[in-house]
Amino acid sequence: MIHVEELTKYYNDFCAVDHIRFDVNRGEILGLLGPNGAGKTTTLKMLTGFFPPSDGEIRINDLTVTENPLEIKQMLGYLPESSPFYRDMLVYDYLSYVAAVRGISSDKIPGRLKYLAELCGLSQVMHKAVGELSKGLNQRVGLAHAMMNDPEILILDEPTQGLDPNQIAEIRSLIKKIGEEKTIIFSTHILSEAEATCDRIMIIDQGKIVADDATEALKHGTGRGALLHVSLKNADPEHVRATIESIDGVESVRQSGAETDEAIGFNIRCSPRQDLRESVYKAIKQTDWTLLDFHQEAQTLESIFSSLTRQVNKEN
Amino acid sequence: MRQFHHILKKECSGYFASPIGYIVIAVFLVVAGWFFFSAFFIYDQASMRNFFNLLPVIFSFVIPAITMRLFSEELNTGSYELIATMPVTRTDIIIGKFATGVVMTAAMLVPTLAYPLSISFLGDLDWGPVIGGYIGALLLGGAFSAIGLFASSLTRNQIIAFILGAAICVGLTMINKMLIFFPAEAVDVIEYLGAGYHFENISKGVIDTRDIIYFLSIMFLGLYATGISLQYKK
Repeated sequence: MIHVEELTKYYNDFCAVDHIRFDVNRGEILGLLGPNGAGKTTTLKMLTGFFPPSDGEIRINDLTVTENPLEIKQMLGYLPESSPFYRDMLVYDYLSYVAAVRGISSDKIPGRLKYLAELCGLSQVMHKAVGELSKGLNQRVGLAHAMMNDPEILILDEPTQGLDPNQIAEIRSLIKKIGEEKTIIFSTHILSEAEATCDRIMIIDQGKIVADDATEALKHGTGRGALLHVSLKNADPEHVRATIESIDGVESVRQSGAETDEAIGFNIRCSPRQDLRESVYKAIKQTDWTLLDFHQEAQTLESIFSSLTRQVNKEN
Repeated sequence: MRQFHHILKKECSGYFASPIGYIVIAVFLVVAGWFFFSAFFIYDQASMRNFFNLLPVIFSFVIPAITMRLFSEELNTGSYELIATMPVTRTDIIIGKFATGVVMTAAMLVPTLAYPLSISFLGDLDWGPVIGGYIGALLLGGAFSAIGLFASSLTRNQIIAFILGAAICVGLTMINKMLIFFPAEAVDVIEYLGAGYHFENISKGVIDTRDIIYFLSIMFLGLYATGISLQYKK
């Protein structure tokens, strides 16, 4: 549905987005993840046609942003980063204005506003000025703004920024609900959020895509192998290392923590896509060591994220 | 060009939902009324001439004050992003905001219609220059709105937008009063450039296409420059 090819954006000499390419399918929720200043917002702004790319092409349903901006804007709903609305306008007036500009016929506007107010939880504040609203409500006005004409594609720039945990949960469930039918691209630098809502995650750092995969696939298997932790008593560290390193698929064995009378801990790094828990356990069973602890450390998105973004930093 | 009226409607209601619109109109009426009537009975003539002589100078300050926020505020808060990502062309946005300036000018002028009406009771008022004056005032308001809009599109700061807009408008108003400082060969050209000169012609009741073309070209140039300025804002 969305096809992005060699997309590049320069701000004077600074390269904010560096030849990225990706596709987004219909009905997908794509999370754009990255540290601050990675180029997320710039990418989204180019997708919405707010500014033209320095180079590359964006095709949405076979239309290009540069040649058919109006048709594309008609298909898109966009929530900008800080939800900058007209503070003096009433929520109702603002949303009616958006509906009119979006070309919704005036007899359908009240119905549409009522539906959106209920969907976004704005019914109680329609008569208030936008500037009086709390950050969370402001964000919902933004969502209502973005969904006004029932767009096929929703682009949300940090939709949960500045919200409290309850509000975040609400916005997330709202995104999931909408995402059942619509294509959603949203950016965030909160990993748990991407993990909770997205079908697919794309990690951007310094204008480049460093990872792009289904959320589940990214959590398992990609990148480095699993990390096993064992804690042993009555064992000689050298002997343990030699025994475990001889198992097929073990990449490295490292002693972790201080050696005490009670126990010695080891971190065992496995090769990617291998489950060695069984063979490690069998090897330990052959000896007279006492096994105090044995677990596999879950590969969190945090660790993937920090290892990926640090890698890029090192390369530069 | 289909959607500018939504923007016009929104901007106008913005002026009248907040005190800004009323304050600007009130200030205009007080200043214009005071300057006009303080000398009116001394001249002892049933004419609006002095009123129209004052207008270009007053407009030079009042109209940039109206237009200063039209783009600066949106650029400052970032709401320009909202409108620019909706299915509206840049031309629609600019025309909508320009039309707001013209509507506000008309809203300021409507209460002053009380002047010719009351003067016509005092003496024999010649309506030709009055009608010409009001047509000229609208054209002048449009031209200054376009200039103010351009100034507003250049900066995020409303104060700077106002000062810049007012400076250009005052320059255009005054330039034909300072012809003495220019070399003789350039006098004709510079006089033609002055908004004050063309406005005087119209407010004498002589509606000449040259003057109309002048005001229309200033409007076009101002709006065109606004478009270019917005394009480079991104």
